[in-house]
Amino acid sequence: METLEAYSLMLRIRFFEEAIERLFLEGRVMGTAHTCIGQEAIAVGTAAALEPCDAMTTTHRGHGHFLARGADTGRVMAELFGRETGYSHGRGGSQMMMDPAIGFYGANGITAGSIPFATGLALDAQIKGSGRVTACFFGDGASNQGVFHESLNIASLWKLPVLYIAENNGYAMSTATARGLANPRIADRAVAYGMPGVRVDGNDLFAVRDTVAALAADIRAGKGPALLECVTYRLSGHSRGDPRVYRTREEEAAAWKNDPILRLETRLKADGVLTDDSISATRHAAKAAIDEAVRFAEASPLADPAKLREGLFA
Amino acid sequence: MRTITFTQIIRETLAAELRRDPSVFLMGEDIGVYGGSFGVTRGLLKEFGPTRIRDTPISEQALTGIAIGAAVAGQRPVIEIMFMDFITLAVDQLVNMAAKLHPIYGVSCPLVIRTPPGGGRGYGATHSQSLERLFAGIPGIKIAAPSNATDASGLLQTAIRDNNPVLFLEHKLLYPQRFDVEDELPQPMPFGFARIARPGDDLTIVAWSHMAFLAQHAAAQLAAEGIDAEVIDLRTLSPLDIDTLIESAKRTGRVMILEEGPKTGGFSAEIAAQIMENAHDYLEKPVRRLAGADFPVPSAKNLEAACLPSLADIVALARELMD
Repeated sequence: METLEAYSLMLRIRFFEEAIERLFLEGRVMGTAHTCIGQEAIAVGTAAALEPCDAMTTTHRGHGHFLARGADTGRVMAELFGRETGYSHGRGGSQMMMDPAIGFYGANGITAGSIPFATGLALDAQIKGSGRVTACFFGDGASNQGVFHESLNIASLWKLPVLYIAENNGYAMSTATARGLANPRIADRAVAYGMPGVRVDGNDLFAVRDTVAALAADIRAGKGPALLECVTYRLSGHSRGDPRVYRTREEEAAAWKNDPILRLETRLKADGVLTDDSISATRHAAKAAIDEAVRFAEASPLADPAKLREGLFA
Repeated sequence: MRTITFTQIIRETLAAELRRDPSVFLMGEDIGVYGGSFGVTRGLLKEFGPTRIRDTPISEQALTGIAIGAAVAGQRPVIEIMFMDFITLAVDQLVNMAAKLHPIYGVSCPLVIRTPPGGGRGYGATHSQSLERLFAGIPGIKIAAPSNATDASGLLQTAIRDNNPVLFLEHKLLYPQRFDVEDELPQPMPFGFARIARPGDDLTIVAWSHMAFLAQHAAAQLAAEGIDAEVIDLRTLSPLDIDTLIESAKRTGRVMILEEGPKTGGFSAEIAAQIMENAHDYLEKPVRRLAGADFPVPSAKNLEAACLPSLADIVALARELMD
């Protein structure tokens, strides 16, 4: 993935999430959604480092990962609108979409729910000798669920080709990591399972990309799993309607200075890759893509209740 | 014909499926070198090796989730949960992941979860439960609960070849029981078809798993007293063959349902409700349930016996229904 493509993708994810928050306020989408504003560099940096044959799993906060992996923006939007054209035909909503054709094995509403699932994808890859690496995203909160520990132990014992990527965004819903993790450094937990544990600045696109690429190369070479902790900050609330009473506006203002998109723009301008004009044009194009996705979703037919009689079983 | 134990036919069936389809593999705690807590997988490691007879650490949730992931990617894992009580540790993965995969995401999850429920061995309250009720109300999971060797083999073959999650119950009291079977393994047996284990016209006894085994012995006793009981062995709880139950209920007008687990909130209540909804006007007597006590299964032999339905209890309730 070229740098400009990555930049454009980060913008598309940002504007997608901002659109979702606005659409909820306007009452145009229902249910719930968890946005990843501030965490875009992790999704895009990882996607940039993976091969087409690789797999990815995500969490309840997964729109960014899915878009980074190559999802159709309109179909993701349509799923949130409960439309027939959505990835899960309106059955899944924000948290439950999958597209194995692009190696995206979805989100799950249970925070650590995808961790053993991703480990199973890796077991399949090992059995087949397919060379596939599975990137498994989860949050700091999920690292406290027991299945995280069970899965990492087994993956290490069996040397499975899986990269566990903790997005440490500072908060498990309202619970700050200092109140939720006895040791706030999630990467340290790798020691307990005999695998590499690496901590990286999750708001630095290139740091994420290069670290994932290096770890994935080792994993692909058969060295077993690794745990990567990407340190970031959830600039958005937990989900729609979160009044964010558990943190101060001053803290948030400071975090916005570390916005991964702002940082990327600053760096690319300094490197002469971007100009104010090209930034403006790229932002405009990304916004237009989101507007188009909303138009597609709203023009799509509602999900059909009659079809619920089908598909309970394969 | 030959005589074989429930344990042996499950082992033979697993071996046959492992030979037939290279995507089938077994995974669980102590199933390899040890051969499984009840010896079901004994000897399979030697033929199939450690990648297909895969021992795991004591991590029920992870091993279940790993099997689900592998299943979605194209494998056909058959996992063993050593005692059904331990499935509580894997409920999240089964309920929130496996059961959702096809209805919500549209992907297949060909997974079998083998596990022994039930008491009768004095193993105490966390090694004796019948927890099928936890899953019977979860759309997206199939449940098979055979009562004899032939059904166990036929249903297990279907379970392994099915593209959905199947919970497969092997009651621990059935393992050592011997059954007359054909020399060859049976054909795969379709789900959702109850077996009339004994035809009869006086009353209908509905049961599954070990209770269906007991019910047949009870029916033999009742026959000697002149009571002609029809025993219906469900074979699968999900899907439920309600048509066969309704037909029988309409014909006999007297129905009793057996369940080893506690009476309150059990699957027998669901069956009773469906019979009432569909055959009420044909009933001579209210539908009756004979089920376990609403108490954790105790360990001492006499206490445990006091909590689980017995052969004598079945016979006594049948007589009462015929009064």
